[in-house]
Amino acid sequence: MAVPEFLSTAELLKQGAEARVYRAQFLGKPAIVKERFPKRYRHSVLDEKLTHRRTVQEVRSILRCRKAGIPAPVVYFVDYTSNCIFMEEILRSTTVRDHIVGAQQSDAGNDVELRLLAQRVGQTLAKMHDEDVIHGDLTTSNMLLRRGPQDKESELVLIDFGLSYISALPEDKGVDLYVLEKAFLSTHPNTELVFEELLKSYAASSKRSPAVIKKLEEVRLRGRKRSMVG
Amino acid sequence: MTVVIGFEGSANKIGVGIIRDGEVLSNPRRTYITPPGQGFLPSDTARHHRAVVLTVLKEALDQAGLQPADIDCVAYTKPGMGAPLVTVALVARTVAQLWGKPLLGVNHCIGHIEMGRLITRANNPTVLYVSGGNTQVIAYSERRYRIFGETIDIAVGNCLDRFARVLKQISNDPSPGYNIEQMAKGSQYVELPYTVKGMDVSFSGILSYIEEAAHRLLTSDQCTAEDLCFSLQWQETLFSMLVEITERAMAHCGSQEVLIVGGVGNLRLQEMMAVMCEERGAKLFATDEFCIDNGAMIAQAGWEMFRSGQVTELEDSWVTQYRTDEVEVTWRP
Ligand SMILES: Nc1ncnc2c1ncn2[C@@H]1O[C@H](COP(=O)(O)OP(=O)(O)OP(=O)(O)O)[C@@H](O)[C@H]1O
Ligand SMILES: [Mg+2]
Repeated sequence: MAVPEFLSTAELLKQGAEARVYRAQFLGKPAIVKERFPKRYRHSVLDEKLTHRRTVQEVRSILRCRKAGIPAPVVYFVDYTSNCIFMEEILRSTTVRDHIVGAQQSDAGNDVELRLLAQRVGQTLAKMHDEDVIHGDLTTSNMLLRRGPQDKESELVLIDFGLSYISALPEDKGVDLYVLEKAFLSTHPNTELVFEELLKSYAASSKRSPAVIKKLEEVRLRGRKRSMVG
Repeated sequence: MTVVIGFEGSANKIGVGIIRDGEVLSNPRRTYITPPGQGFLPSDTARHHRAVVLTVLKEALDQAGLQPADIDCVAYTKPGMGAPLVTVALVARTVAQLWGKPLLGVNHCIGHIEMGRLITRANNPTVLYVSGGNTQVIAYSERRYRIFGETIDIAVGNCLDRFARVLKQISNDPSPGYNIEQMAKGSQYVELPYTVKGMDVSFSGILSYIEEAAHRLLTSDQCTAEDLCFSLQWQETLFSMLVEITERAMAHCGSQEVLIVGGVGNLRLQEMMAVMCEERGAKLFATDEFCIDNGAMIAQAGWEMFRSGQVTELEDSWVTQYRTDEVEVTWRP
């Protein structure tokens, strides 16, 4: 059966900014299908190039992370004609975003919990950067928390690698963190301390972090200077 | 009834506008235009603004048919290019003291947003703010206009201006961006670097690429009419990036409205944004003439702020630089 036909019977979970995400079965296993559909606002040649490149990059970086022991969904199958990725569905999971929003609403003891989560994110990103994977779209919606069986510690899973690429440059890693910082703080007001904790554990987890943090500071400064001119 | 007069002069435009409860009573403006291939320098721009500001002020009062006594508050624009900004703030401070009226510093970007909301009646839009110095995607939440995406290096307007300088023959009247658009009609597509990082964009790579490529084409005489085509691909790429980060922010915030503000919001950008909105079942709002820096937008944001109890004390009125998300939005729920 062709992929588009297959999708017409699948359950649409979400239409994000650039893809439709479906829930389906793949060879009997619960799967997520991510379909990058054409964007009519941009030139068709540009659109096709971008869509193809992002599908390729997503698969490539997921594999690279998994090889290094960084949790990411298993890729089952890729169809490059319809730009669809079939991957493992991360069961019993919530996005880090929903988790933080929930924790901020209920007040009991969440401070410690959020800081622990921040530490975990920092460690995972340090490991990812040590593999020279630049995620390119770090937000709290692109990280899933998978609950372990029976109250065991939950696991952080990275997703949505469409804008990722491979680079060893501290500048690229610094910008990756800068993008996360801005998305984090604008999505979750009053979490400056939580984010600080995240950076601290990033710094502690990677040998190469000093150069990255230095770049992060430079990029921030550029942003502040720029904001002075209307 | 509340009447607010607004002074704008943070870049190459100087404008004075008067707003009375949502009604634009007057909004005269002058633009400092430099010869082709030249950007505007702060000191020259300030000289221009100094020379015309009192004439523009008189026009604003005359067209509105008002006396200084009818004004409730004097608002002036805040972050921007140092020298012209100081000129305008000085005039605002002086008239506020002469007329015995309260003074109010207004964030320039918030001026654009509030004017956009007034004109289009958009309720809670995701805002794309594109101007000479700024490129930001902004949405309102919990008492702030929060910046979800922005350029991590140069602004889109700045990028277009510098591109116009590379091509030399592009006029600055009314703006390089406008003239690039006029020259860009109908051509084939050439690939350029495309850099989106999450909800942020980067334009410096594309600029250095085009500076290098244009130079090569121009010096080898391959480029006479072809450079016109270049501009098309150039805007196609730039604007696609802007539409993409706007859509990303919308998906992120669950928003179904877009408002484009700032001087770079031209027709092609609106057209592309409209297609994106249509595909998402969202609504696009554009402010056309009120997109460009003007006095009324400062008056309108000032009106909202003043009604919610904000004023700026004289000793605090020295021009300070602040980001859009540092302003507490006291006038929205
Ligand atoms: N493997 C997966 N298992 C479980 N849920 C997933 C998986 N992949 C994606 N999702 C869910 O679908 C959402 C969107 O996926 P993804 O981020 O990959 O697409 P997207 O088009 O970038 O969406 P957006 O633009 O909204 O970020 C995720 O936030 C997550 O809730
Ligand atoms: Mg995503």
